[in-house]
Amino acid sequence: MNNEWPLYEVFIRGKHGLSHRHVGSVHATDSQHAIQNARDVYTRRNEGVSIWVIPSMQIVASCPSDKDALFEPSEDKIYRHPSFFQIPDDVEAM
Amino acid sequence: MGDNTLVLGQRLSEWCGHGPAPEEDIALANIALDLIGQTRLWLDLAGNREGLGRDSDMLAYHRNPWDFKNLLLVEQPNRDFGVTMMRQFLFDTWHLETLRILSHHTDKDVRGIAQKSSKEVTYHRARSTNIVIALGDGTEKSQLRMQSALNRLYPYVGEMFMTDKDDLIDMAALRPRFDAHLSATLNKATLTKPESEFYHKGGKTGTQHSEHLSHILATMQSLPRSYPEAKW
Repeated sequence: MNNEWPLYEVFIRGKHGLSHRHVGSVHATDSQHAIQNARDVYTRRNEGVSIWVIPSMQIVASCPSDKDALFEPSEDKIYRHPSFFQIPDDVEAM
Repeated sequence: MGDNTLVLGQRLSEWCGHGPAPEEDIALANIALDLIGQTRLWLDLAGNREGLGRDSDMLAYHRNPWDFKNLLLVEQPNRDFGVTMMRQFLFDTWHLETLRILSHHTDKDVRGIAQKSSKEVTYHRARSTNIVIALGDGTEKSQLRMQSALNRLYPYVGEMFMTDKDDLIDMAALRPRFDAHLSATLNKATLTKPESEFYHKGGKTGTQHSEHLSHILATMQSLPRSYPEAKW
């Protein structure tokens, strides 16, 4: 029998961050417990203003063996990067 | 207030490194630290009002057990995780109601500490309430342990609502709200409140602490008492 509590992935929105970022994972018995554990483990040093948790089981991940087919084709297509454009100084957060 | 948070903070810190899961371990240490932080505020204020030049460290480390005014509940040993969380739940429920009233006190220093502490204690109570419900309404074994924890600790509830000359507020007036949260939680946790309303007393007056207080103070105070000049 597996006595481990289910795993939850934790995402925190930092004070100055624009989006929630993955910070790690916690074990918990249910989603409310996971929020509390995430608060206790990952926001002790004033890191965040909002927490998301999702059951790790619910994450659909790409397969490591598909890496070449998925990611290698983009390596030599530098024209996809917007680095050829001049960005005016008064445009923030791009 | 400062002696309650000091003794319970020290008690909870005994769990550090021994929690049933890393997450619970960190959570208990966080709560212990919150309580020690509150202790500093209360005991510094007490020392200041006393006017004998004693600060929170002097009051924490250089007083004898009979000078401590903490509730008997907070000096009770941790025993298992169920007893620790039941003790925490009973204390948090009382603590939050007390701070809620002290947050409107006429003394602005008392009011300030109470308002700051309330935010921390709101979280403490939510957490301990959820754990009491989860373990009470859990497995047969966890339910049994939580019921036995409640039976063991309920005789320390009555003292929390005694009012004596040192109290700033009418403690008995807090009981209805305490009882409401207690009943609602026990109901969800499938636990039964013991019938007897007998309670132990003598903690908050300092006249009859249990044997456990001397032991915890000996552990906490041995270093500063042996080496009064020691620096961290």
